[in-house]
Amino acid sequence: MDRAIKLITSKTFLFHFILIIGAAAMVLPFLWMILTSLKTYAESIQVPPVLIPEDFQWGNYKEVFGLLPFFKFMYNTVIITVLRTAGQLFLCSLAAYAFARIEFPGRNILFLLALTVLMVPGQVFLLPQYMIMVKLGWLNSLQAVIVPGLFSAFGTFLLRQFFMGLPKELEEAARLDGCNHFQIYWKVMLPLAKPGLIALGIFTTLWSWNELMWPMIVNSSPESMTLSVGLSSLQGQFLTNYPILMAGSFLAILPMLILFIFLQKQFIEGIAVTGGK
Amino acid sequence: MKEVPLQTEVKSAKRIKVSSLAKTRKRSDYFWAYLMIAPTMLGLFIFYLWPIVQNFYFSFTEWGAFGQYEWTGLDNYKRLLEDATLLQAFKNTSIYIIFTVPIGIFLSIIVAVLLNQNIKGKSIYRTLYFLPVITMPAAIAMVWKWLYNADYGMFNYLLSLARIEGPQWVSDPNIALYSIIAVAIWSGIGYNMVIFLSGLQGIPKMYYEAAEIDGAGPVTVFFKITLPLLSPVIFFVSIMSLIGAFQVFDLIFMMIGKSSTALESTQSIVYLFYQHAFVLNDKGYAAAIAVLLLAVILIITAIQMVLQKKWVHYD
Repeated sequence: MDRAIKLITSKTFLFHFILIIGAAAMVLPFLWMILTSLKTYAESIQVPPVLIPEDFQWGNYKEVFGLLPFFKFMYNTVIITVLRTAGQLFLCSLAAYAFARIEFPGRNILFLLALTVLMVPGQVFLLPQYMIMVKLGWLNSLQAVIVPGLFSAFGTFLLRQFFMGLPKELEEAARLDGCNHFQIYWKVMLPLAKPGLIALGIFTTLWSWNELMWPMIVNSSPESMTLSVGLSSLQGQFLTNYPILMAGSFLAILPMLILFIFLQKQFIEGIAVTGGK
Repeated sequence: MKEVPLQTEVKSAKRIKVSSLAKTRKRSDYFWAYLMIAPTMLGLFIFYLWPIVQNFYFSFTEWGAFGQYEWTGLDNYKRLLEDATLLQAFKNTSIYIIFTVPIGIFLSIIVAVLLNQNIKGKSIYRTLYFLPVITMPAAIAMVWKWLYNADYGMFNYLLSLARIEGPQWVSDPNIALYSIIAVAIWSGIGYNMVIFLSGLQGIPKMYYEAAEIDGAGPVTVFFKITLPLLSPVIFFVSIMSLIGAFQVFDLIFMMIGKSSTALESTQSIVYLFYQHAFVLNDKGYAAAIAVLLLAVILIITAIQMVLQKKWVHYD
């Protein structure tokens, strides 16, 4: 018995040991980011490194806002993320409901067309999409990032899976009550597909917030830049001033970090859902 | 729609009514279905499906300075075959994939298996490992570049404590790609871990109980039960990671400067695509690179699909 306890405790000890090393590797770069962002430039390049800055240089954050329209970047990124996410949730669920619950001519072929988009790497769309934006005169505008981001084959596919799993009886009951399809979708099905909607919402939010290439291609003026692109231009200007760069980086990830802290469970379950099906 | 057979006239009258009712119902079904899929299908068509066709067309053209282009047939594809930089980019991308995908999957399985045990603080660990997943690659690149800094970075300082002179992590052409690979693995563990964890939770407990009765040790259990039953998830994750790794761009773009000595040995296929499309205004050639990327991804996915029969166990 003693032996068994010893074995169990030593095994859990080993597990914790490995997990703590891994967790430290995950967290320390972020800690270093925050610490560096509060140093003077001289402190940041001292050898041996200064771990805790003598005086916290909150001014570095002020400087980031002074050097670049960082508030504007943040505002742009929030607007783009919110509208893309809301739009996708509505449009994808609408299409997914029809694909999953209504029989209509051409259903399979249309769904197959949507699936084609899933198979093709994003770079194949980029050039023609860019040409569309040029023609519409949408370069350097928020809609250049928002509008193509409203439509998602992935989201439609994901939500269709959810709607297909729901029992048929619900729908029949609603029909007998005289509901049309939109009412069934809105009142009956949508509430039941909540886990799928949360998963897609989290996924799209993360993606829109962090995306770099497309916003960089279409929006190069500071007026319409997103945070990702802003960071890369910050890097262009302050090649080695790491306290400033770290302050900018931390500001760029802070909103998503706060959201994650409040919605941890939804984030993790959402990613498990998008990956698992 | 069941009806009790009464008199024949009533029955046939009813049938007519029912069938016309079914017809209007069907018509209204179609109406709603098309209405509901219309926005997404139109959007997908304009911004995704038609562009696929257009990109194919562009890949047969050459672009001038003012956005005009002319048909040049297979020229771009011939150029693809002779392009030494592209070949190098292909090699870089392959090395990147060969290291990030297997190591990333291996490490995230270990973390997932450990977190699937009955230990304290599980959710805290899970949260911490997930942090890099929610962080934008641009910021991740920035902080790692700082850690990698040859003169003032943390890594070289720690190495100097052991009296080792640290390398130029991101500007030495022989090392830079591996520095990027390490960051990519680091930032991807949390994502795959979550998917593996949900896969592990789907394995019925009875298998483990049976193994325990048979007296199997933890290593045997891992290889004989956990791995085979997790193999469909491993298959899925490996395909997704492979496709994702093929399109690596953000980290390289942010970590390697445009004039860096290591650019040649780190630039990926997508980086080259970006260069030709949006920096050099060589859009026809960029379109051909995109087609090549599509072809390679399709081929690799197909190979994976065939190979899976050898090692993936369904039920």
